[in-house]
Amino acid sequence: MEETILKVEHLYKLFRSREIGASEETAIEMLQQGLSPAEIRAKTGIVVASNDVSFEVKRGEIFTLIGLSGSGKSTIIRCLNMLHRPTSGHIYVENEDITKYDEEQLMKLRRTKVAMVFQNFGLMDHRDVLSNVAYGLEIKGVNKKERESKALEMVALVGLEGWENKRIDNLSGGMKQRVGIARALANDPDILLMDEAFSALDPLVRNDLQFELLGIQEKMQKTIVFITHDINEAFKLGNHVGILREGEMVQLTTPEEMLANPADDYVRKFIDNVDSTKVLSVKNIMVTPGAMIKAGDGVNIALKSMKSNGLSSAYVVGEHMQFQGLITLENALAVRAGQLNFEEAIIRDIPIIKDIHTPIADIVNLAANARFPLVVVADDGSLQGIVSKAAILSSFSG
Amino acid sequence: MEWILDFPSTIRLDFTKQIDAFIAYLNVHYADFFAGLKAILNSVIGGIYQGLELIPWWLLILFVVLLTKKLVGRYRTGLLYGLLMFLIGAFGYWHMMNETLSIVITAVILSLLLGLPIGILISTSVKVNSIFRPVLDAMQTMPTFVYMIPAVMLLGPGKVPAVLATVIYAVVPVIRLTSHGIQQVDKEVVEAARSFGSSRWQILAKVQIPQALPTIMAGVNQTMMMAVAMVVTCAMIGANGLGMEVLIAINRTESGRGLVAGICIVIIAIIIDRLTQSVSAKGGR
Repeated sequence: MEETILKVEHLYKLFRSREIGASEETAIEMLQQGLSPAEIRAKTGIVVASNDVSFEVKRGEIFTLIGLSGSGKSTIIRCLNMLHRPTSGHIYVENEDITKYDEEQLMKLRRTKVAMVFQNFGLMDHRDVLSNVAYGLEIKGVNKKERESKALEMVALVGLEGWENKRIDNLSGGMKQRVGIARALANDPDILLMDEAFSALDPLVRNDLQFELLGIQEKMQKTIVFITHDINEAFKLGNHVGILREGEMVQLTTPEEMLANPADDYVRKFIDNVDSTKVLSVKNIMVTPGAMIKAGDGVNIALKSMKSNGLSSAYVVGEHMQFQGLITLENALAVRAGQLNFEEAIIRDIPIIKDIHTPIADIVNLAANARFPLVVVADDGSLQGIVSKAAILSSFSG
Repeated sequence: MEWILDFPSTIRLDFTKQIDAFIAYLNVHYADFFAGLKAILNSVIGGIYQGLELIPWWLLILFVVLLTKKLVGRYRTGLLYGLLMFLIGAFGYWHMMNETLSIVITAVILSLLLGLPIGILISTSVKVNSIFRPVLDAMQTMPTFVYMIPAVMLLGPGKVPAVLATVIYAVVPVIRLTSHGIQQVDKEVVEAARSFGSSRWQILAKVQIPQALPTIMAGVNQTMMMAVAMVVTCAMIGANGLGMEVLIAINRTESGRGLVAGICIVIIAIIIDRLTQSVSAKGGR
């Protein structure tokens, strides 16, 4: 963890508008004289996307950059593999200044050391999953057999076995991004750049992928630069977090330190959004119960339903899906043995949630003390779904 | 004060003589070049015609039936197209169809050989695009006869100037749609390809062209259609075939003959259109 693999020094990136001919150099001078990016934009038409940004990333760590849209984070990450050429400043990858590289050297850098994952995946829909993953190897000139076996390995790593030959259009958003990650990893890069990689995904899938990314990182010890606008994501993933405003680094530290001592109101505002369980509601994590029987069905159907679903309990509902209770395998067997009657066997004291928009934070205590998953019912008492303790836990840790 | 109302008669620009002189100059000094060009194109057109003539009529019909089955996926459509082709033969126009096809096929091959690279070139540079745009507009809107006259003067009447005139008219859509298709490719996909260290050539060959293929194929289809549409115009400069038949019928005011020959052209156009369209639909997905 000690060695610095990536170092950014006084990085400026300015975008010149076509109409007004002021040079970037004058604009940088104006910045250094203390003019704000907004003033410079009004005067010269030049947009300051990165304003004197410096940071270091150690080998094997996850460094997250966070900022609102337009804060320059996407520009900065594109400077790290020179998709954008910085206006001034230096970027060192393993102590080599890549801003001095020519096109040939840059191609080599991108093929071997730095790979990128994109917000909207950037996948080629004329290729299947496997040849998308193999793309980086293909352009390096790796032979077909070798690149396909490597690609298969990566597809397995991101949990997409069996999907190798599927078309990209057939995948969900989460799966597409798994392909994106596999494609980047197939090149075996030292540094992985992730530009809002999970922002286009829905919260649950995002949680899964964050969790898996941490797992992959644990296994492969990559260095990751992760861009996000979501502070929860930044804190969950990052060993260090840099927070950007209008192209300027406002604070650069560990998540704990940032939580304890936010540099200013801008940072504080971000931090106010931290608790992820406030964002996720019951609706996001509830699932349909596997085994469900009608009250009139009797014990044999209950047993059969449990057996065919591989579960040890079944939910009992009335004629119009009204939730009545739960019957365990133990009780059902007792009924069949004649020790209990069916009505007595149904457990009815199960905590019920009436609003599917209840934040998860509000049901933690309820769930902690419950013996069975919580039950979610609609206003008319009909069963909507169940929320297991495991689901609640993973919504925290993911 | 008359000049306010009427364009002043003292201002007169006349380039017509110079242009005539230029064409005459070309005709005299580059006769060998044009003769060579004519010979080459003639042998291509002739070769394709001979090739088509070698195919027995029933084999070509069978081929169309099977190809349609493969591309469109239905025997019924294939049989319909086969029947339509049979009609052309039954009208007595089989050989003329082959003649017309040889002109159309040569023109389409030339158009694609020129159009695809130019389309790719235009897509890569704003500057090239701004140069080519007015040229393409001119090619599409200039009345065909305007360049047919010098073409006939330089190459003599026949199929060769017909092919060249067809190329000028029909090459535009494949250029436009190739460049449009490539420019339309998702920026992030191109950026991703770049981020993995692709060279410009690799980006073009492995990402941009495959991604643009449905649009490019639509351009190819348009080019083919326009080439077929030029058939009658080409007959005016001496290209034999179905177009000539229509032209003769018009001159003699023989409505029936004109209509039947016209229908044969329509049949050819429809079959080519449907088949290339299904290729482009398949290329996309």
